[in-house]
This record gives sequence, structure tokens and C-alpha cells, in this order.
Amino acid sequence: MYAYDELDRTLVNERVSEFRDQVKRRLSGELTEDEFKILRLQNGVYLQLHAYMFRVAIPYGTLSSKQLRRLAHVARRYDRGYGHFTTRQNIQFNWIKLAELPDALADLAEVGIHAMQTSGNNMRNVTSDQWAGVAPGEIEDPRIWSEILRQHTTLHPEFSFLPRKFKIAITASEHDRAAIKIHDIGLRLHQNADGETGFEVLVGGGLGRTPFIAKTIKPFVHGRDILSYVEAILRVYNQYGRRDNIYKARIKILVHELGIEKFAREVEEEWKQMGHSALTLDHSAIEEVRSRFSYPAYEKLPHMPDELKQAAHDPLFERWRKNSVAPHKVQGYSIVTLSLKPVGGPPGDATADQMDAVADLADRYSFGEIRVGHEQNLALPHVAKRDLPQLWKALDRLGLATPNVNLVTDIIACPGLDYCSLANARSIPIAQELTRRFANHDTADMIGRLHINISGCINACGHHHVGHIGILGVEKNGEEFYQITIGGRADENAQMGVLIGPAVPYGEVADVIEDIVEAYLALRDRPEELFVDTVKRLGVEPFKERVYATR
Amino acid sequence: MPLVKQGRITTDLFVHVADGAELPGDGAILITAARFLEDPEAILKRAGKAGVIWPNGRAVDDLVPYLDRLAAVALVFPTFRDGRAYSQARLLRERHGYDGELRATGQVLRDQFVFMSRAGFDAFEVKKDADADAFAETMKRYSVFYQPTGDGRVTALNRRMQLRHSESAGQ
Repeated sequence: MYAYDELDRTLVNERVSEFRDQVKRRLSGELTEDEFKILRLQNGVYLQLHAYMFRVAIPYGTLSSKQLRRLAHVARRYDRGYGHFTTRQNIQFNWIKLAELPDALADLAEVGIHAMQTSGNNMRNVTSDQWAGVAPGEIEDPRIWSEILRQHTTLHPEFSFLPRKFKIAITASEHDRAAIKIHDIGLRLHQNADGETGFEVLVGGGLGRTPFIAKTIKPFVHGRDILSYVEAILRVYNQYGRRDNIYKARIKILVHELGIEKFAREVEEEWKQMGHSALTLDHSAIEEVRSRFSYPAYEKLPHMPDELKQAAHDPLFERWRKNSVAPHKVQGYSIVTLSLKPVGGPPGDATADQMDAVADLADRYSFGEIRVGHEQNLALPHVAKRDLPQLWKALDRLGLATPNVNLVTDIIACPGLDYCSLANARSIPIAQELTRRFANHDTADMIGRLHINISGCINACGHHHVGHIGILGVEKNGEEFYQITIGGRADENAQMGVLIGPAVPYGEVADVIEDIVEAYLALRDRPEELFVDTVKRLGVEPFKERVYATR
Repeated sequence: MPLVKQGRITTDLFVHVADGAELPGDGAILITAARFLEDPEAILKRAGKAGVIWPNGRAVDDLVPYLDRLAAVALVFPTFRDGRAYSQARLLRERHGYDGELRATGQVLRDQFVFMSRAGFDAFEVKKDADADAFAETMKRYSVFYQPTGDGRVTALNRRMQLRHSESAGQ
């Protein structure tokens, strides 16, 4: 965990005071809605269909139990008793009152949580691997660099009014769990031939109406230079990114229009002119940030404790363990994913009571630490294997032990037309129906890894382009229709899915998905071949035939 | 529209001269980049001070040869949501060493004062009287800054490092 010091706390408190003043001036009419809109967005406040929505940052997906309890408190006190975890390590509250927002922010500030730059045309919450610091084989803990970037991007005097929003993600593992290739800047921590730590820098990824996979702009930037290099990218973008058309304003369009080579040359030239600057991080500066991360005092524990051997006789426990428990870098410990995708539930939602209970479980079993992943699930990152059976029972009672992590019902979905003023169609009821269709865990297990992503509009908050199966809500003559893509993925081999054919009406979506899954089961050459690999091998044609033959 | 300089509302000594209008024989003038670049030497040889309003869409490099003889550079915020002038300001101050008046014009509002000041602006054509009145108070909103810019404010990191040194020195 990163521990705020007095300076971090002061800045967050100063931000709360500033926003309190801005809300006061809005309520008195001193600020116009046009002027206030940008200010509230920079504090995570959207105006949605029914109410204000409040988006709170969970930088690089790390939370302490104390912080999670405070999020529960906000859900209970200022909202309707629940929150929604998003695909960018944020939590959203959907029913907040404008006049109460400063108080909610002040309550959060007490535990080092803020909502700065969770929306608006600025640098958004820096995200990372939810298994950072505990995944076996990691280069080093990417959260050190995430925190360095979090501080650097917070209230940046040059880049707080960019052409459009700007998202940065960091990974330090070979398997990319942070979806860096669909970010404006993706950073992959690795070591060069001399054993120095630095970053492969990718730029121009993003979804929305013009999706692009990020391209490598520089294969290796030394860690000490990462701030100046990122700043060079931002400066080129701030000056040359389009401001005439909101749909063409993201950096991906600039990179596409200039071409990656020309864009890279512009950045290189800017970067060279910066030279050795105050942005260069010397060793002690990096160590200063590193020193404020604390790590658990792990015990020396056996790889296979008796408790686990005994529990293995319980098939329900075993099913959950195989699905939701992942290897930890320290022997005797595990990373446990808590599914926020119960059958029939809205993906990514947690009640205040669940949050409080998870905080208690984190204190008991995970050194007080919780993680939030972009798949809209939670994780306990340091669970002793001997505690797994007890933890499972507790999670099961809370409805957080659905053994569907990475399976067909582990659906990513945006809030859609149930909440969002941009949406064309509903997302949540589609997800709920699909979880009912595939509620049988044995079937889901047999299908294997399959990510379904649902967005209620082209803005793609549900990452539909990169779902193994993507579902995009569109509006046709006043009715909800859905386009289906297959073969997308968001990991180190990220690519966009391919459309299988004409959009289908709301009532047929679940049937179509069932058809696609059945086609896959018939087409895969062996049970281990994943859905996404079958699509890669055969293309969309056989799936298309199956879906449209009878429609 | 009040002008804030050195933290106070002050009289604007510069006269905005529109393109095509006759230049006064002396006194400080503020003219567009296009007019200035037509004949920079003639402008700079005038009896009065010269300032240039530089547009967002043009690289400040073209202004660099004249910086040491200009009394003011005005950058433009067509709306407060357009942040190009922040980059231009930092380049002028930090890369090109410009130390004359750097003026923010356009939709200059209270809630951007701190950002502007950190980017190097020291004069502000403030849109609303109430915002100009609140200038000094608004500048006190923040005491912690994460990024090093050319404004001289000590960054959080530097304060932490100083604290470390003094702690280790005391041991």
C-alpha cells in the first residue's frame, strides 16, 4: 500500500475546499452551468439520466480496508447503498446530490481517496495490473511508477485542458491484465539488455467510435526519463490534437493522421529539446516513492497446507478454488478474485454491506488490502492458502464466491440506458439475462475462458470491441438493437473483434450468444482450444452462418 | 475588463491596436502576431513598448528572435477549455527564457488562475470583475504542487527530499 504523507493529504484537502467553493458559486448562480460543468467533471461529477453520478478514483486498483469501508459509507450516506466498479479502477455512485458532494469528497479525503480527474479532458486515473506486486514473474511492482505518474498528472498546470480525455495504464507482467494496448499511453515495464529497468511506450490506443490498438512509439525509455517522455507526448498532443471535432480529438486520431513514424519524430524532437530537466528522476526520487509503499510481513508457509488438502474433498470448494484462486509470488499465499458477477446481478455492483464485509475479510485474511480489476471484480491479494476454505465460506455467504471468473458470465458491462445519458440501449439487463442462460457452472466450465463485453453505445465504456464476444447497443427507429462482434481481446495480443452481421433486436441477443457458444463448442478442435482461438483459426464465417441461417 | 498584474488589479498601459488601425506615435501597444511579423523591426524601433498577441495555432518559435525586445506577449484562451496556451506559455518561459510580461487573454476565469500562474503567466485580462477581486485569495488555494515548472514553486518531491536530508542530518 502507498501511504499518503502530509503533502498528499494537504493537496487533497485543498482540492475539496476548492470544489466546495465552486459548488457554492454554482448554487448561487455566480458560475454558469457551462463554466461549472468542466469544474465538476474534473472532480468526477457527471449529470446522468436521473441524477448526478460521482466517479471516485482507485489509483492502480489498490484499496485499504479503511478506504473500502469509507466507500461503503459514501454509498450508504449519500447514495442508495451500492456502488459500481468500472473498467478503469474507479467506483461510481449513481444517485448523489450536488449539494452533498463536497461533504462526500471530504469524507473520502480523510482516508486518502479523491475524485480528481476521473472525468474531463485531462489525464485520468492511472491504472495498472490488479495483481501488481504479487503476481509471480513480475519485473517489479508497477504501482511505484503508477504512483509517480499519479502525482505528476494530478492538477498538471499544462495538461488539464487537453483536446480530450487521456488515459494511461501500466503493466509489469508478460500477461497484460491492465489492457495497456487500448489506452492513450500504455507502459510495459521491462528490462533492456543491460539489465536496466524501463518502459516500452505505446501510444494511440483507444475504443469508442474509432477504435485503435496502441502502437509502440519507443521500445525502451529508461525509468528515470519516463516523466519527461510522457510530458513530450502530452505536449505534442496538447498543441496539435484536434479541437474542432470532439470525435476526432483523442490522441489516437492524431497518431493515425500523422502516422506513428511522424508522430514519434515530433515527440522525439520535443523530448530532446527538454534535455535533462527537473523531470528526470534520480535514484533517490524513485526510492522516495518506493519507500512509502509498505508490504505485508509474509509468514513462511507450506505450499500445500492440511486445511487445503481437507477442503479439496468438497467439490464446491474445489470448483471455486480452481476458478478464482491464482498463484502468488510468495509460497503459501494466493491471490483470490471476488466475483462481482452473480447470476442475475448487474456486473460490477457491490452493496455497502458487501464492501464493509470485504473490508473485514481483507483485515482478517489479506493484510487489510483489496484490489480492483478492470474486469469489474475485486481481489484479495495476499491470502494464506490455509485460510482459503474459511474465506470461501465467508465469501459464499456474501454472494461473492460465484466461481465464474473469466468464464462466460464474468461479463464486463457499462451502466447503459438504465443510468447513462449517452446510451442508446440497455446493457445491464442483457448481462443479467446472459448470466441466467449460462447459470449452470458445469456448462460454463466446459465452455472455458470467454469474455463477453457489453456497451450501451458507441463510446464503448463496456469495451465491447475487445470482448471475445462484444455486444454493442445501437438505436434503430427508436428500438434497441445490438451489434455482435467476435474475436476481440484486450490482453498482450489485443485486437478488435469482427462484426458477424446485422444487428439483432433486444429480445434476441441472448439467443444469438447461445448460438455462437454452441457453434464454438461444435467447432473447437479440442476442449482446451479457447473460444477466441477457434475464432482466430476459423474466422467469423462459421459463426455467422450459424447465427443468421435461421434468422 | 480588469487587468491583474503582480497579484493586483492595475491599469492597463498597453493599448490594443486593431489590425489596419493606425499605430500611435508613442505609448505601449499590443498588436496581433500577423501585424507584428509584417515588419517587426519597425514595430520594435517605435518610441513605445511593444507587445504581441500570439495565436494558439502558431508555434512560438517564430517569436523567439524578438523575445528580448518585446515588453509583453499575450496568449489566448478562446474558451477556458482550450489549453494550448499553457504549453506556449511554458515554452516561452522555460525553454526560451522569456522574462517580460506574459498575459492571459480570452476567457480568463478564476478557476484557472493557479494553472496559468504555474505555467508562467503573470498578467491576466480577467473576464469577470468578481474573479479579478478574488485573485489574491484564489492564488492561495493550493500550497502543494507535484510538477516542476518554471514558476519557482517547490515541488512536493523536493520538499520530501529536503525533509529526508534534514532528518538524516539530525541523526
